[in-house]
Amino acid sequence: MEHRIIDQQLDLLRDKLLLLGGMTEKALHRAMQSLTERDSDLARKVLEEDKIINQMELEIDRLSVEILALQQPAAHDLRFVISVAKITPILERIADHATNIADAAIRINDEPQLKSYIDLPAMAQNAAEMLRTALDAFTTEDAALSREIIKQDQKIDASYKRVFNELIEIMIDNPSTTASAAQLLFVAKHIERIGDYVKDICELNVYLREAAFIKHSPKI
Amino acid sequence: MESKISISNLNFYYGKEQALHDITLEIPERQVVAFIGPSGCGKSTFLRTLNRMNDTIPIAKADGTVLIDGKDIYAPNTDVVALRRKVGMVFQKSNPFPKSIFENIAYGIRINRMYENKADLEQKVGKALHDAALWDEVKDRLNTSAFGLSGGQQQRLCIARALAVQPEVILMDEPASALDPIATQKIEELIVELKKQYTIVIVTHNMQQAARVSDRTAFFMLGKLVEYNATQKMFTNPDERLTEDYITGRFG
Amino acid sequence: MSNKESLHRRRKIVSSLTTTITAVCAFFAIAVLLIILSYIFVRGIASINLQFLVDTPKPVGEGGGIGNAIVGSVLMTLLACVIGLPIGIGAGVYLAEFGENLFGKTVRFLADTLIGVPSIIVGIFIYTLVVLPMGRQSGLAGGLALAIIMIPIVARTTEEMIRLVPDSMREAALALGAPQWRVTWNIVLPAASTGITTGAMLAIARISGETAPLLFTALNSRFYNYFYDQPMASLTVQIYNYATGPFDVEHKMAWAATLILITLILAINILVRFLTRKRF
Repeated sequence: MEHRIIDQQLDLLRDKLLLLGGMTEKALHRAMQSLTERDSDLARKVLEEDKIINQMELEIDRLSVEILALQQPAAHDLRFVISVAKITPILERIADHATNIADAAIRINDEPQLKSYIDLPAMAQNAAEMLRTALDAFTTEDAALSREIIKQDQKIDASYKRVFNELIEIMIDNPSTTASAAQLLFVAKHIERIGDYVKDICELNVYLREAAFIKHSPKI
Repeated sequence: MESKISISNLNFYYGKEQALHDITLEIPERQVVAFIGPSGCGKSTFLRTLNRMNDTIPIAKADGTVLIDGKDIYAPNTDVVALRRKVGMVFQKSNPFPKSIFENIAYGIRINRMYENKADLEQKVGKALHDAALWDEVKDRLNTSAFGLSGGQQQRLCIARALAVQPEVILMDEPASALDPIATQKIEELIVELKKQYTIVIVTHNMQQAARVSDRTAFFMLGKLVEYNATQKMFTNPDERLTEDYITGRFG
Repeated sequence: MSNKESLHRRRKIVSSLTTTITAVCAFFAIAVLLIILSYIFVRGIASINLQFLVDTPKPVGEGGGIGNAIVGSVLMTLLACVIGLPIGIGAGVYLAEFGENLFGKTVRFLADTLIGVPSIIVGIFIYTLVVLPMGRQSGLAGGLALAIIMIPIVARTTEEMIRLVPDSMREAALALGAPQWRVTWNIVLPAASTGITTGAMLAIARISGETAPLLFTALNSRFYNYFYDQPMASLTVQIYNYATGPFDVEHKMAWAATLILITLILAINILVRFLTRKRF
């Protein structure tokens, strides 16, 4: 295969996206850790690093536009740039949710612990796992794996329902816990949203591979 | 969609050398079909089989069928002159005749006796120039030399000249390859406009151009048709690996 | 660095040297022509007057002129053109458009040979073929001899000029549904017209200067003669007669006639250029 100028730039684009993906995973992981280990310093680090993530998003946007304008990619090249350009803001939003979780952790960590966090970390673990696999599937352009991951989102949705009911019960039993419980409820909601976003990434993986838009279609 | 031109199992030879291998392709009416492929892939040869321009080469030989409106143009009783009136052609290098602008357009009308009187001839010349979006630029100097026009104008003059004999199909062999971007854009806009009335087949080296103007694209390599698909499909997700490699510049 | 500079200087020297040498060559070429022309002009102009232009030759001492020779030259050149141009151009068209077969190649070879044949041989040929059967020299025979000289020149230049017309122009006409003969007739020929005219002019200039073939065929005449079946005077033969005469007054008239001949050729040249100038 001959060497093309565009290849260099596409490689750069891929590297930047994977770096952003790694940073996002780390943010999510740390946010959950700051909650479970009641480590507010760690939470503040997450808030700090979100600024870097935002910068990276802008960088990738700029590079994508540049490639589109100057290299005029077609076929797979075109789908690759489009996918990257669409996955990037999704990752940024996942990172935002991680930041929100870290925010919540800082608030809750000053209060006594309501309950042992079992479901929430498991749920977050699940979401983080999905995110990592989705990014792998992007690298290897594995459409089948991406379809698998999309199905896993149901598990997170189910966990969310369980945690939701549990927290509501706690609030009813002991109204003084409402503030903390509400924060935890937000955390659960954030994780649930992350699951949805990972699903979107997987749909773009399928587009990259098969040029098929499976979003909003009943068939996967 | 109705097929205007229907090619099946077309083989073409220059002497012993086979230039086209078993081409089968349908060209729908009132659409733009683009032929792309590396130099020497046979796309121009194929284009020229559609109005039998290859007849001028003594050693050339075609077999297979080319149906236009259901009639085989390689049948022995085909009137080649009538065929070429029906299937017009625009060439890579603009090639106006050494005559006035008016006479360039009038030439085809005259030789085919397609006018009743002088007023009718003038009206037909005017219409062709209008249709080729050239009228406003030349209306005040119809009797000056065609060579006084710019490259882009000359090419539109050649398109007008082809339109003047009221063809149904227009073949274009890299019509904008020698033009600057603005002149190219005008030709492309014209092609899209002409599509309403004519079936257009265009050979181009410029893939963006094929993407911009055509409804369907055929990719040729080494005299074979590799892929023929909707243009939108060709440029986002071609079926063939070879097509993908070509349009993304993986081989030159 | 200094190496680069010396290279640069050498290149400049070679370049200006080449320009100078070619300029000198061009100067010599044009200078010789100018010297000849001005010499003819100086020697000839004194003897030219209306009398000289309209009179017929008279015995030495009684004046006389070249009026009948001018008429004869014009008539025979005209005849040569009427015969030679259509045949020559026609042959050229054939050679260019259809001449890639054995016949075409043969014709081309023969034409090239004919161009190289000394013109006196053409004179002898016509003498045998026309003069002997007719029993006398005539303007017809002279014109035919000139036509034969003209045909291969016109044919070959026409062929070359037509070959210069781009194929794309032919294709454009064919693609409009024009039959082959129309393409040749109203696209190719007009496009090549300037070049064909030049070829024709060269041929006319060439035959206007021919003396040898006319000696055998048209002979000469002391009278005005407007009929092709009689011997005819011509400028070149008249110049020959005057120039070989023993008297100085005859030599003066030879110079004058030469000046007239050159002026006529120039005039035809300009006239034809004007009439066939490219309008498009």
